[in-house]
Amino acid sequence: MNRKTFINNSGRLILLGGLVYLTGSIFFKRKVSASGKYVWQIDPFKCMQCGRCATQCVRDISAVKCVHAYQLCGYCDLCGGYFKPNTHKLNTGAESQLCPTGALKRKFVEEPFFEYKIDEKLCNACGKCVKGCGSFGNGSLQLQIRHNLCQNCNECSIARMCPSNAISRVPIEAAYQIKGDFKNPAVTNPK
Amino acid sequence: MKWLKIILFLLPLLLAFSDLEAQQRFPKPEFHTKYTQPTPTTPEPRGVGMEFVDVLVLLVVLSLTSWFAIKKRSRNGILLLTIFSAIYFGFYRNGCICSVGSIQNVALAFADPKYVISLYALLFFLLPLIFCLFFGRVFCGAACPLGAIQDLLIYKPITIPAWLRKTLGFIPYLYLGLAVLYAATGTEFIICRYDPFIGIYRMNGPHLMIYLGIAFLLMGLFIARPYCRFFCPYGAILNVFSRFSRRHLSVFPTKCIQCKLCTTACPFEAIDFPDEEKSKPDTKSNTRRFILYMALIPVLMLAGAWIGSKSHVFLSKAHPDVYLAELLISHPELKTDSKNIDIQTFLASGKSLETLVEEAQIIRDKFYTGSWILGAFLGLVIGLMAMNQVIFRRREDYQANKGNCYGCARCLDYCPVE
Repeated sequence: MNRKTFINNSGRLILLGGLVYLTGSIFFKRKVSASGKYVWQIDPFKCMQCGRCATQCVRDISAVKCVHAYQLCGYCDLCGGYFKPNTHKLNTGAESQLCPTGALKRKFVEEPFFEYKIDEKLCNACGKCVKGCGSFGNGSLQLQIRHNLCQNCNECSIARMCPSNAISRVPIEAAYQIKGDFKNPAVTNPK
Repeated sequence: MKWLKIILFLLPLLLAFSDLEAQQRFPKPEFHTKYTQPTPTTPEPRGVGMEFVDVLVLLVVLSLTSWFAIKKRSRNGILLLTIFSAIYFGFYRNGCICSVGSIQNVALAFADPKYVISLYALLFFLLPLIFCLFFGRVFCGAACPLGAIQDLLIYKPITIPAWLRKTLGFIPYLYLGLAVLYAATGTEFIICRYDPFIGIYRMNGPHLMIYLGIAFLLMGLFIARPYCRFFCPYGAILNVFSRFSRRHLSVFPTKCIQCKLCTTACPFEAIDFPDEEKSKPDTKSNTRRFILYMALIPVLMLAGAWIGSKSHVFLSKAHPDVYLAELLISHPELKTDSKNIDIQTFLASGKSLETLVEEAQIIRDKFYTGSWILGAFLGLVIGLMAMNQVIFRRREDYQANKGNCYGCARCLDYCPVE
């Protein structure tokens, strides 16, 4: 073995040892998850509806959408998420709607109840309806990351800017946190 | 006694009332018509369980590239693999997770006791490095989606003078160091944030980054693979690893006939020229310079560490908590600014300023440690780069530079030796 191969071999051995040390230390601390996939998720109880979900997502139109937890809805006629405050007429006119894109649709069920539904193609995740529903109603509207749209970036660019740290990385089994109750961690996982 | 009875009687009522507080403001109606309440939909992520396939595809692409580059000596095979990688890892999988970005996951997993890394991210980090130790930078050659899109768009590469190439070659190490520092302190993933090509692969993204990507690709028509050569932090690691590779591709199969065709074929100026007998440097002065540079390395490292530790306050401003704490201390009047979402949310959360400052101080301490390590690392890189200039290696043939060669196999196609 000449000098060149010796340097080459020992260099390779040192680098390989470094890799083994790095991997070993991560494995040893049991910080590797083999089951696999992590996704980003919004905790509806931490969310403050600041409106950044609409602007910070890497997608042109945010992967965050408003989701309706129907089991919490009061089916009110005067919906705080649907109507602008101080609206004169409770009709579906654009001037009375809170949603800037008209994504929240209302359907008459029976006197005096209305069903509210989100057209996800139109929703831009501004969170205005969520705020309205939370302030005047039951809080059945909430923002959630839709995983058919989410690019699952290595680091969520909304999470980085979220003022209340509502977005975190969770195992895929707990991908959706949709409210099932009015008080905190009793969130249901609809799966 | 009477009062006690009344209280005992009222207690359940009170409890029921307080319980009602937790109930909804508007109770759910009881419908008389046939109305079924819809349930919220929860669409699944794309490709659940596909990560295993991704790792397998990466393994196959790496193995095939090594075989094409070293055994088969086929440029066409590597070209096909490059197109495949751009389509599969780029357009189909939308670029996440890639080996380049996985540096940050590994750094965070190493530094943060709470962070759990997925096995696939770890494998994406490890596999190209292990292949690199044995077969050179085959990952850059065909498997990397960032490299693939640039490699396919090389039109008329110009020659970049060696001094400029070597000076710019420092940027990847700086980028790597900063990326590891910011990832390990849990600040942000800068490699992912400033990835110029991911927006193009997704055909969706922040406009500025897409323009930057297009600018890189246009530049790449004439300066071959500019991101790979002068920015890529993973390339910096691969460069070091590849120097110690066991079997690297050889330009000529049997014997070099000194035709220089390979040097015109290589768009990256990664072919080393044989040294002429006359240009052999003066051994004595060279040895002296070698010893001088070697002695300079500790000095450079110390200087780097000092500069690094001095700049930790500045570097730590990128962390949102540190930024917020500083803002609140230097501009307390902003507390009344209703438009500042961060401050308003912080005030609404009920956390005291002292707690925030304490947390920020912990993060800043981490930055102090990280910054001086970063400075020392950069000092070491500069020292080694200088030392490399005076090491004389005898070369009789035209041969690929193991550190800079991407294994794209263009030179193999040009070599006339059978």
